[in-house]
Amino acid sequence: MTPLVSSPLSACLVLLTLWALTGLAGLARPMSLGFVARMLFPFGALCGIALAVVAAMSLSSPEEQLTLRIGLPNLPMHVRLDALSGSFLLLLGAASAGISIFAAGYFRRGQGTPPGLLCLQYHLFLASMGFVLLADDAYAFMVAWETMALSSYFLVTAQHGIPEIRRAGFLYLLIAHLGAIAILLSFGVMQGGSWFFTFDSMRSANLAPGWAAAAFLLALAGFGAKAGLVPMHVWLPEAHPAAPSPVSALMSGVMLKTAVYGVLRVTFDLLGNVEWWWGLVPLALGLLSAVYGVVFAAVQTEMKRLLAFSSIENIGIVFTALGLAITFRGVGMHALAALSLVALLYHCLNHALMKSLLFLATGAVLHSTGERNLGRLGGLIHRMPWVAWLTLVGALALAGLPPLNGFVSEWLLLQAFLFAHDVPQTFINMLLPLGAAVVALAAALAAYVMVKFFGVIFLGKPREESLSGAHDAGFLERAGLVWLAAGCFVLGLMPTQVVGVLRGVVERFSGATLPEASTSWWLLAPLPDRASYSAPLFFLATTALVVVTILTVRHFYRRRATRVAPWYCGFGPLTARMQDTAEGFGQPIRHIFTGFFAMRRELPSPFDRSPRYRVTVEDRIWRGLYLPLGSLVQRIADAVAWLQQGRIATYLLYSFVTLVALLALVL
Amino acid sequence: MTPLSILTQALELIAALAAAPLFLGWVNQCRAWLQNRSAPSILLPYRNIRKLFHKDAVVATNASPLFRLAPYVVFGAMVAAASIIPSMGTGLPFTRAADAIALVGIFATARVFLSLAAMDIGTAFGTLGARREMMVGFLAEPALLMVIFVASLISATTSLPAVTENLATRDLTIFPSLAFTAVAFTMVLLAENARIPIDNPATHLELTMIHEAMLLEYSARHLALMEWAAALKLFNYATIGFALFVPWGVATGMSGPGTLFASIPILGIKLIVAGFGLALIETASAKLRVFRAPEFLAVAFLFGVLGLLVRLLLGA
Repeated sequence: MTPLVSSPLSACLVLLTLWALTGLAGLARPMSLGFVARMLFPFGALCGIALAVVAAMSLSSPEEQLTLRIGLPNLPMHVRLDALSGSFLLLLGAASAGISIFAAGYFRRGQGTPPGLLCLQYHLFLASMGFVLLADDAYAFMVAWETMALSSYFLVTAQHGIPEIRRAGFLYLLIAHLGAIAILLSFGVMQGGSWFFTFDSMRSANLAPGWAAAAFLLALAGFGAKAGLVPMHVWLPEAHPAAPSPVSALMSGVMLKTAVYGVLRVTFDLLGNVEWWWGLVPLALGLLSAVYGVVFAAVQTEMKRLLAFSSIENIGIVFTALGLAITFRGVGMHALAALSLVALLYHCLNHALMKSLLFLATGAVLHSTGERNLGRLGGLIHRMPWVAWLTLVGALALAGLPPLNGFVSEWLLLQAFLFAHDVPQTFINMLLPLGAAVVALAAALAAYVMVKFFGVIFLGKPREESLSGAHDAGFLERAGLVWLAAGCFVLGLMPTQVVGVLRGVVERFSGATLPEASTSWWLLAPLPDRASYSAPLFFLATTALVVVTILTVRHFYRRRATRVAPWYCGFGPLTARMQDTAEGFGQPIRHIFTGFFAMRRELPSPFDRSPRYRVTVEDRIWRGLYLPLGSLVQRIADAVAWLQQGRIATYLLYSFVTLVALLALVL
Repeated sequence: MTPLSILTQALELIAALAAAPLFLGWVNQCRAWLQNRSAPSILLPYRNIRKLFHKDAVVATNASPLFRLAPYVVFGAMVAAASIIPSMGTGLPFTRAADAIALVGIFATARVFLSLAAMDIGTAFGTLGARREMMVGFLAEPALLMVIFVASLISATTSLPAVTENLATRDLTIFPSLAFTAVAFTMVLLAENARIPIDNPATHLELTMIHEAMLLEYSARHLALMEWAAALKLFNYATIGFALFVPWGVATGMSGPGTLFASIPILGIKLIVAGFGLALIETASAKLRVFRAPEFLAVAFLFGVLGLLVRLLLGA
């Protein structure tokens, strides 16, 4: 090994540089799809795997720091690799490897940005996310953060010919920058009068409680905007569907997690001394986001919008865990704080894999059918068996069903909720179990959403004639999907090992220790004598039961199975139109959660010759918060515009008045 | 893993597989008596399953492998659930492998596979049933978890056998919080098992069906497994109810094989009483409109919350 990559940190830096160079190499032959897709993207995937391996190794090695003499004079960039960065780099590497492999087979010749440019944006996006995780001073962090926002903006608007996509891109950029301002202000508060913006000086700064709370709330607002926390979520369901599918997967699976990383870094590392009441804000917003996201996901008719709302739900669950961790930490219940943080990190990993898997699957469906509207899909399990069965893995995982990975993190979170009954504040003590009920409701609704997602796309009869020409995904696309699905299985079946690793991570960045409870490799028991779960045993037992049932029936059953047309109640043949549409499947949700939606319906009268039924479901927050806010800004701008008279004499008067005012102030 | 625990496990599995259709038959018989009809034989569910296993299977032309796999998954999940519920003894070998939250997860898995299979053929009734089943599911699951939370708060564990052991070996005290959750649990049981206020197991009116609508395309061995799984689900819910609310008579960790065998008739008595009670509730109530189901289950959820608050505020 050369001295250059002698340590995990320098190895990470080399890999990030390689990503950036891969992107630049795309410019060499920008129009050549073959070069970009067959050479550069697979190479990027290899870098991702290498990054995951290096990050995994770094989790057990001591943290290290480096000062890079690049950038502005006298402002070197500091980088640092510790357990927290390492765990998120692992997530970035593992998820991006699958996504890049898929992307190698995904991008087609045609409309929008040329492939070479796309390659540059894509790999810069990856490298900047990695650099966000490594940055150790506010300058480096903000530079990386903005590079990430800008490169992803260009990726979102890859098909910039379409007005809606430009609009979605603008909304994304706007909210990303509002968030960035809040983050910048938070750093400004945290430097605590020393005017040094390295994270080291922020760690040692002694903030007054009020300022610390202000820094925390600003960071929560800034990172929450990037993560898609309600009420700052509006960009997410617009930007995710607009982007090409691998980019949506990257944004939803990985980029949202960099925001989670930011909150964790600020809260537990830079601020350190948290107070219990801080936790109530992310807890409340997280629970709200979880229910809001999943309820909206259930009524969507476009597959990528549905997944985008489901991401809001999962981010809600992550922030709920964050709120719990802060509250427990604030009242000195360290074991439960550690348990919540383990659940948080576990859920981040899970969500990165399963949501990327589902977004990529929608990409495969989109390519094969040209349809993104659920109402025009159906029956694809016959035409695209690979994609269908791999999607089923992701859907079951996202629905939080055992023995896959989604269940484990939700189980850990529920345990944290459930054994929280010794909090000194009685009021919180009572509210926490209700929070658990909300999490349970969100998880159960997630199962509803996933049945809708999988059932409407892959099962039933094809709703359009054109679907009979659908074909399965290509080799590289399948490889990407298999990689992610395998990740779901590994995380689901080896929770003891994963929790063992995450426990160490949590201990090193937050100081909260989860007692070593597991006595054996197969049993997960984070809180001794209270709860335990064994994924391998559970999986083996259930699989064995199913196999035994199949074999027993095979052995004793001597009858044949014949194929006939389905029963049609004697009314004539069934048509695909008789199945539920996506709207139909969401109807109970619209009925039950009416309060969430701004709904408009056009019902046909009985005498219409060509009856039309139309229903639009809109976000109340968009109408109630963003539109008034937008018009307020517009009105202020109009009022200020009065100053612009367009005459030089007036402007000279302004200068004069300003000068006089300043003189009066100074003298 | 002692020989006794393996014996307990084997007895429980055999009892669940064998007694589940019998329990269903008993409920149907009681219902018939209460409604002044001549009752069908208590063995009718067995005969039905046997008949179905002797028929040629008919599968729709556009059924995918998922459709044929689903009955086995649903059945397997129900048997797995039966193996971790302490219906006779708490010394089960797999107690630590899955707790009560995982049990809820198993039921959810079965429900998801059943719904997906119902959507697979693409008939109007299949998707209708799937949609309604998932709706009832997501409403019932939080209420069920509330019930489990109360029980695990009282005994400081989420492991079902440990909860049972804890409650059974205490001095006889009545927890008001458990009384509230018992009401909640009964309502969840009715909803989850397609019983009367929510669904009608005897209905042939397609528009009001939930569970039956999902099974319309199944026949022969697949249908037999589905019916058996439904009976097992009812049995499982009943035994969860016993484990939480009437845990007495179950063989606990310290007791020997004598108590284990004594627990068999006790379980039988509990099932007889519970079956009669279930028939009574079903006879006394009318089926609700589908869109009244959320209200019904919201009440169940509120009872669960009430139990929780009573537990947290009064420690009772």
